[in-house]
Amino acid sequence: MLIISNLKAAINEKNILKGVSLEVKAGEIHAIMGPNGSGKSTLAAVIAGRDLARITEGTVTFMGKNLLEMTPEERARQGLFLGFQYPIEIPGVSMMNFMKTAVNEQRKYKGLDPLSASDFLKIMREKKELVGIDSKLTNRSVNEGFSGGEKKKNEIFQMAMLEPKLAILDETDSGLDIDALRIVANGVNKLKTPDSSVIVITHYQRLLDFIIPDVVHVLYDGRIVRTAGKELALELEDKGYDWIRKEIETSGLS
Amino acid sequence: MNVHNDCRERYHKLYEKNIEKIKAKSSPYVNACREPAFEKFMQLGIPTTKNENYRYTDLSHFFNYDYKNYFLPGREDFLKAEQFRCNVPDLDTHGIILLNGFYPTLTDKLRELPGGIMVGSLNEAAKTFGDKIAQHYNRFINGDSDGLVHLNTAMAFDGIFVYVPSGVKLQKPVQVVNLVDSDNDIFNQHRNLIIVEKNADLTLIICDHTLSPQKFLTNAVTEVYVGEDSHFDIIRVQNEHNNAAKITHTFIHQEKNSTASSNNITLHGGLVRNSTHHFLGGEGAECSAYGLYLSDKFQHIDNYINVNHAFPNCRSNQLFKGVLDDMAKGVFNGRIYVMKDAQGTVAYQKNNSILLTDDAVMDTKPQLEIYADDVKCSHGATIGQLDEDALFYLQSRGIDRREAQLMLMFAFAHEVIQNINVEALRERMDSLVMQRLRGELSRCANCMVKCG
Repeated sequence: MLIISNLKAAINEKNILKGVSLEVKAGEIHAIMGPNGSGKSTLAAVIAGRDLARITEGTVTFMGKNLLEMTPEERARQGLFLGFQYPIEIPGVSMMNFMKTAVNEQRKYKGLDPLSASDFLKIMREKKELVGIDSKLTNRSVNEGFSGGEKKKNEIFQMAMLEPKLAILDETDSGLDIDALRIVANGVNKLKTPDSSVIVITHYQRLLDFIIPDVVHVLYDGRIVRTAGKELALELEDKGYDWIRKEIETSGLS
Repeated sequence: MNVHNDCRERYHKLYEKNIEKIKAKSSPYVNACREPAFEKFMQLGIPTTKNENYRYTDLSHFFNYDYKNYFLPGREDFLKAEQFRCNVPDLDTHGIILLNGFYPTLTDKLRELPGGIMVGSLNEAAKTFGDKIAQHYNRFINGDSDGLVHLNTAMAFDGIFVYVPSGVKLQKPVQVVNLVDSDNDIFNQHRNLIIVEKNADLTLIICDHTLSPQKFLTNAVTEVYVGEDSHFDIIRVQNEHNNAAKITHTFIHQEKNSTASSNNITLHGGLVRNSTHHFLGGEGAECSAYGLYLSDKFQHIDNYINVNHAFPNCRSNQLFKGVLDDMAKGVFNGRIYVMKDAQGTVAYQKNNSILLTDDAVMDTKPQLEIYADDVKCSHGATIGQLDEDALFYLQSRGIDRREAQLMLMFAFAHEVIQNINVEALRERMDSLVMQRLRGELSRCANCMVKCG
């Protein structure tokens, strides 16, 4: 589904991604872990199409198409979804109008007619229940005045509305208490279909108690330095990132 | 030779030639104001960019010009204006048409509405409401340094008169449609007087439209008296073509515990300058001054606001927002003046503009003069672009970048629109703003006014 090959990217002439390679197959859940500053969020942003970083080398293919040639909206219409680490507040744009526009733009791309007002409201209601988001929030402006937890739930709600093939959740767990974490994780699990894939980007193993990954990667200094099963997350929790750092330094990789 | 003097001479000749004709139709009180005002005009002249309040707005192009017509339209023009109907759905108003500055109804020049409210021609009203006019006319202008206000006092021929007696609350708004329509280039000056007595309520909508593509200049003065415990809203919607200049001066005098709001929505206009003055002339008075300007090409929109806190415990709020495209130019000049005795004043001001191109220009100038000690005042001005983070957020959900830009601009403008308390008009403004931002012709469907 997603193939990243030797991806290199720089921000202000500073190399952030130094050759990332990764493959996510349909139906898989991947976790990308790593210490602060290792390039996790930059990787998510590059995949989603935020032009903060300049890509210097490498390719990203999604469903067999060159992702790097597409605008962010085209990527979304292909079935890509980014759950933001810091969801943006947009005063004056109602959640309702936002979601209606997004859903219908994606439908238009697929050659479907726009949803009728009543069908749209019905789907909204279903997805709100599924995710466990407060009904009042969807009557407000996008993320305006939402608490940290509400913003993250709102990301999962949007994911539910858009039904992506691949969702990248960028530190969706940060700033969440254990209850909110459980709600968010439940939402992700319920939305998971046998064909859809998820990449969970996180610092901590905590979220991975609820969303069980098939594959865990460690991103360190712009490279993926370890790839293994879910046990790698536990090992990291146990030993910390220093363990990896030391191994890399002694092996002379860095 | 000094261009400035030329311009004065031009209006001196015009005054000499026409003053008797103008006086013949007006009331003695109004006529008595003319000569002193003209003397002041001759001292001050047409404001130039040397005048601080007009620093960014050059009027010479419109004032140094020979218009074909300054006064009376013909009978056929009146008939045409009578056929005009505003087409905003569900907008239920008491409508008045003002054609080229004249009240065009040939027979029904002063109408009585429920509760003894009078609306009609100022000249006509002078016949029966002479005392009210003498009490309020020319009393509230405080733009003493502005020659254009004096020029209007000297030469304005007619305008709208609205009288709301004490205790009367008008359910439907009064809507004045200012049409400018002529086969000739014209300069028109009209003068409105609105009197809202104690404990009364009035919403006034003024629509400025141009109907034909000729060169037009309008210099309009509106004086408003808002009595004790009364409420008054004025909403001005401007939609004029690129070869038209609209200069409005609105003076709102508020008594004790009154509330008033002004909202200038400029959708389109070649050169627009709105000066709005709120005088808080009694304890506990409150006012809000709103404005929205959307401009492109070479349009120029200037908003001058002057809120004067003369008494204690008054509140004021200013919110002006605009989107400027192409080479458009915007000006905001927001003055808050707090007099020595106006303790407990609360005054806010905000001006936010979005520039869509590198060539669009916005000049914004807050001007706070505070002579009292117990005062809460704030002001803020921003000039920027659309938020890239917000755009990306919308795009990342599959929304086209162009559509995302429109959503953000619309949300930005809606903060001003939402203060319109007439629902049908608010909805129409939302859709006109959306059309305007999309670059479609922003005129009401089926309306004969070709505002674009």
